[in-house]
Amino acid sequence: MKRMTYSKAIGAGVHEEMVRNDKVFLIGEDVGVMGNVFGCFIGFRDEFGPQRVIDSPISEEGFTSMCVAAAMRGMRPVAELMYNDFITVCGDPIFNQAAKTRYMTGGQVKVPMVLRLPMGSGRRNAGHHSQSLEALFCHFPGLKVVAPGTPADAKGLIKAAIEDDDPVMVMEHKLLYAKKGDVPEDEDFIVPLGKANVTREGTDISIITWSREARFAEEAADKLKAEGISVEVVDLRSLVPLDWDAIVKSVSKTHNVLIVSEETKRGSYAGEISAQINEDLYDELDSPVLRLTGPNIISPFSPVLEDLNFPHPDDIAKAVKQILNK
Amino acid sequence: MKELATKKGKYTKEQIIGFYTTMVRIRSFENHAADCFTKGMLAGNIHLSIGQEAAEAGAFAALEKRDYFCTTHRGHGHAIARGADPKKAMAELFGKATGYCKGKGGSMHITDIEGLGALGANGIVGAGQGISAGSALASKLMGDDSVTMGCFGDSSTNQGIFHECLNMAATWKLPLVWFIENNGYGVSTAIERVTNTPNLSCRAAAYDAQGVTVDGTDVIEVYEAVKKAIDWARSGKGPYVVEAKVYRYQGHYCGDPANYRPKEYMEEALKKDPIDKVSKLAIELGATQEELDAIQAAADKEMDEAVEYADKSPYPSTDTLLTDVYASDNERCVAR
Repeated sequence: MKRMTYSKAIGAGVHEEMVRNDKVFLIGEDVGVMGNVFGCFIGFRDEFGPQRVIDSPISEEGFTSMCVAAAMRGMRPVAELMYNDFITVCGDPIFNQAAKTRYMTGGQVKVPMVLRLPMGSGRRNAGHHSQSLEALFCHFPGLKVVAPGTPADAKGLIKAAIEDDDPVMVMEHKLLYAKKGDVPEDEDFIVPLGKANVTREGTDISIITWSREARFAEEAADKLKAEGISVEVVDLRSLVPLDWDAIVKSVSKTHNVLIVSEETKRGSYAGEISAQINEDLYDELDSPVLRLTGPNIISPFSPVLEDLNFPHPDDIAKAVKQILNK
Repeated sequence: MKELATKKGKYTKEQIIGFYTTMVRIRSFENHAADCFTKGMLAGNIHLSIGQEAAEAGAFAALEKRDYFCTTHRGHGHAIARGADPKKAMAELFGKATGYCKGKGGSMHITDIEGLGALGANGIVGAGQGISAGSALASKLMGDDSVTMGCFGDSSTNQGIFHECLNMAATWKLPLVWFIENNGYGVSTAIERVTNTPNLSCRAAAYDAQGVTVDGTDVIEVYEAVKKAIDWARSGKGPYVVEAKVYRYQGHYCGDPANYRPKEYMEEALKKDPIDKVSKLAIELGATQEELDAIQAAADKEMDEAVEYADKSPYPSTDTLLTDVYASDNERCVAR
């Protein structure tokens, strides 16, 4: 184990894969000379050369599209959007090309590309740099979507994503980049796609969540424990594929469910999980499944407003008590 | 033996017959497809390239086996010119299990990645510009010496991705050729009404790349231009844009009466019919009309058989509905 930040853990995972497989290359705005705006890849360009660490122009549609074809040709591109919000200018390459090409060619081709997508609220960047758009990616069959919430998961999932034969969207939370944690150094370490992690065991309620909200849920769980409420925290880590078995196991134990994410509520993936639980696990439920998310607004700039745009640990604790009538 | 001499090369009767054969096979495929569509044998829409055969045959004759290409919703001709099996192509139009994409792609998406170096046929206008540039990037990174030819129509050059990718390809000196078939219309919109330059290839100059416009009804002119472009791209000098001015006999889709075109359009087109032109050339070099007729008859027979094969082929098993969405963990990813 080595203690490192989430951003360095992303870098460590990509580094191992680049050493292991010369088909892996990095491309995006400011990934090379600068080493990525969040410092993930400092020194990579010097080590691997400008052919494998490519500074792109500000042409998101162009370079993401080129990654789709490079992946079809056998390369393993790791591309990044500086912010997940920028998917709006490169929707076609990801949603129509990366996601659909395998099916539309009758399985002739695979598209093993990774798209890194920094997301999340809290950096006072306002409405064009702060959204959490995981539901948008999950909506498109053909894409896999992961959202690591710890440095270890960040490393393990980016490695699994690079090794996977499908396009994988890696949703990284910007407010986690500076957080430190213990990260396995074994180069064979990965976190398999579609494997949730129960980070707090409990019996009264299941909080199903991911990314930074999983850490907030743990804070809430620890606080509620002192009040005699036993909370289970299921950090999904992967959204597609979804670890349904883990959800079934937890819900069947606690019979109460709170789903927590930073998304806008309407059309959220939190809502999708809620629907699936209602459809398939209704008999297990002692109370309605609740979603705790951001409101249906644009990410505001002013700190006093932005802080109301995503659930905090106290909000989570309050929602748990509401569900349990405590 | 007679030869055709141009500024760039010499052509034997056999070579001209080769072009002619490809062109009549494309037209026959398209005519057969149109016939099936009209009879209600095909679902959806089909987009035909009748009239554009010289462009397609000329461009693909210049492409080597090791090279790659991608095409558009109007891609039957490119596939035939590249050597696709008309049976499997027609079966895809019919939505049959024996089609190139097992019936999951249809007319707009005929492709054979492994066999033909095809990187897909795209229903999104302009998307192939990024796909072809990305394949050229892969070739450069892998050092594999292949060139990628992106084929698309005039109107796609007004998408932003055209400019994004031409800039990157020129900056990074990617082995890329873009082959534009300019028929003058994007569905109903005449290109000059929405575009400020009479030729589209001039846009290459904005990125310090190469560009040329040729007569797309002249198979030799197209072949020579694309050959030069491919040689240029392969030598590491960067991308090359070849624009072929063509006439397309049908409107945007099969059955479109194309009322938006002046009636002179088709009069001019028929005067320059590419198959008539190449036939004359072949006869000048010593071919007989009987010889040409026999090739035409063989093409028609081949396409009759393709239709029969497609018609008799089974539809995909409904068991395949949920397959091939993902390369790994497909069942779980599709289930939830």
